Amino acid sequence: MSTPPVVRVVEREALVYARLWRGLAFSTFVQPALYLAAMGLGLGGLVKAHTGSVAGLSYLDFIAPGLLCASATQLAAGESMWPVLGGVKWMRQFHGVVATPIGPGELYSGFVLWTAIRSMLGAIAFLVVAAILGAVPSAWGILAVPAAGLCSAAFCAVLAAYSIRLDSDLSFPMIMRLGILPLFLFSGTFFPINQLPSGLRPFAALSPLWHGVELARAATTGQFHAGAIATHIAVLVGCIAVGAYFGVRNFAWRLSS
Amino acid sequence: MTMPVVAARSLTKRFGAFVAVDGIDFEIAPGEAFGFLGPNGAGKTSTMRMIGCVSPRTSGELRVLGLDPAESGADIRGRIGVVPQEDNLDTELTVWDNLMIYGRYFDLPRADIRERAAELLEFVQLSDRRDSKVDPLSGGMKRRLTIARSLINRPEALLLDEPTTGLDPQARHLLWDRLYQLKRSGVTLVLTTHYMDEAEQLCDRLVIMDNAKIVAEGPPRKLIADSVTREVVEVRLPLDADTAFEAARLKRFGDRTEPLADRVLVYTDDGDATMHAAVDEGFGADSMFVRRASLEDVFLILTGRTLED
Ligand SMILES: Nc1ncnc2c1ncn2[C@@H]1O[C@H](COP(=O)(O)OP(=O)(O)OP(=O)(O)O)[C@@H](O)[C@H]1O
Ligand SMILES: [Mg+2]
Repeated sequence: MSTPPVVRVVEREALVYARLWRGLAFSTFVQPALYLAAMGLGLGGLVKAHTGSVAGLSYLDFIAPGLLCASATQLAAGESMWPVLGGVKWMRQFHGVVATPIGPGELYSGFVLWTAIRSMLGAIAFLVVAAILGAVPSAWGILAVPAAGLCSAAFCAVLAAYSIRLDSDLSFPMIMRLGILPLFLFSGTFFPINQLPSGLRPFAALSPLWHGVELARAATTGQFHAGAIATHIAVLVGCIAVGAYFGVRNFAWRLSS
Repeated sequence: MTMPVVAARSLTKRFGAFVAVDGIDFEIAPGEAFGFLGPNGAGKTSTMRMIGCVSPRTSGELRVLGLDPAESGADIRGRIGVVPQEDNLDTELTVWDNLMIYGRYFDLPRADIRERAAELLEFVQLSDRRDSKVDPLSGGMKRRLTIARSLINRPEALLLDEPTTGLDPQARHLLWDRLYQLKRSGVTLVLTTHYMDEAEQLCDRLVIMDNAKIVAEGPPRKLIADSVTREVVEVRLPLDADTAFEAARLKRFGDRTEPLADRVLVYTDDGDATMHAAVDEGFGADSMFVRRASLEDVFLILTGRTLED
């Protein structure tokens, strides 16, 4: 019985995660609970007093899927920058991997797959907390897990393809501040994008995070249009495909030179 | 005739316009310990990475275990072991998990890896460190772990890129001892080094590389016998001496001389006679001693430079 190379790459990441998991439990469970409590209930109370609802939802119901995908995105971004450059340049363990039957493309794919899996594990924990707080009105909510996975994979696929080419981590804080943070705030996560100035709305619709959030929100609220769902999935899959096109090439280029 | 483990013809590696390996030819037979000896930048690592199927050749022919790395890279990598010049152990894992995970990269069943990993840790004397992380290990221990890791798939050939560089003499001897054992068990060893004693000790046959080319090839003793006299008198001179001038003066005592920064080498078949002749004639030197000719001398004569330059 042979195990696909991509899965063997995931095994390593899963082992590291399993060994660290106690330390990660706080950020996995407690952080979403704090966010949901503070923003969903606290801020949500204010919203309710002033405007009643957001996009036809209670504020808690509105931001739960937003936070879910925003944290998946943050995790994916963090995992796709320093650990990738570390793997090729500082710790160099990627060079050890490609000296085995595992190829650079498989290493890349396994890395993206694992990041998606990890985001989905986080999403499950988040959904449990959210459900307890009453923020998941629909049983379709479980589908927010793959939505978070797709969203995470989209970011990881693109960023890992970029990071592997670098010689230093100088650009990473900039990407976090000028790329990920604005997306985090303005992708329909905390307020609907139609609140944005009209000139900015098309940009929000370009954000993979917005597509992820819309998918997750459709799942947790059970309110959706099939056409919109198909578009969101297509955009995220498109990001993954473009990222993978460059990722496979860039990993092969970097690890062979 | 058995198939060579590695066969290269006009093997070339270019990085942009820079030629790192310039059309080299060699063959490595099964069970052989084969060395690439050369100074920094000679092209040893570039050659090893092509053999190890991680860096594609620019041109020329290359067969490893009879297969073409350009087509069967993953298959070849599955049947060889690699000890890279720079350690790339997984610092997020323990010693034991490094072996377990590496075994999984080769798709070996976990039970087999466990058994093999325990054996290998014993072999490299790291059993007592199995639960340690990698970072706290000493340089020699990391090297030993890397060797253990490279053997996890029971490779037919082992590629070792400067296996002992940076280690103290004791750690080097332990590694040499392990490499002998592997060789005796039939593993083909391909190694690079810039230590001539290592090359002489370990290699049945070697090539000397310089400036991306092979400048000599053969068993170490034969290379020495063919291009150098049996013995060398090393004449150490005061710091302010003009070694080229002194070399010319010493010429008549031996077959040839090589002036270095602080000394002159006099090549001769009878070192004692040469030394006594020079002393009798009142040649002034800080010290003089006789040694056997080595690969260092072969390199010096072929390239006009020392290996450690
Ligand atoms: N990825 C690369 N890009 C550009 N040049 C390279 C690359 N790798 C190696 N070189 C160059 O090719 C030449 C040969 O390098 P190589 O590492 O093969 O030498 P080496 O014999 O292993 O030297 P050392 O004893 O220092 O390890 C060097 O001049 C080096 O700078
Ligand atoms: Mg080298």
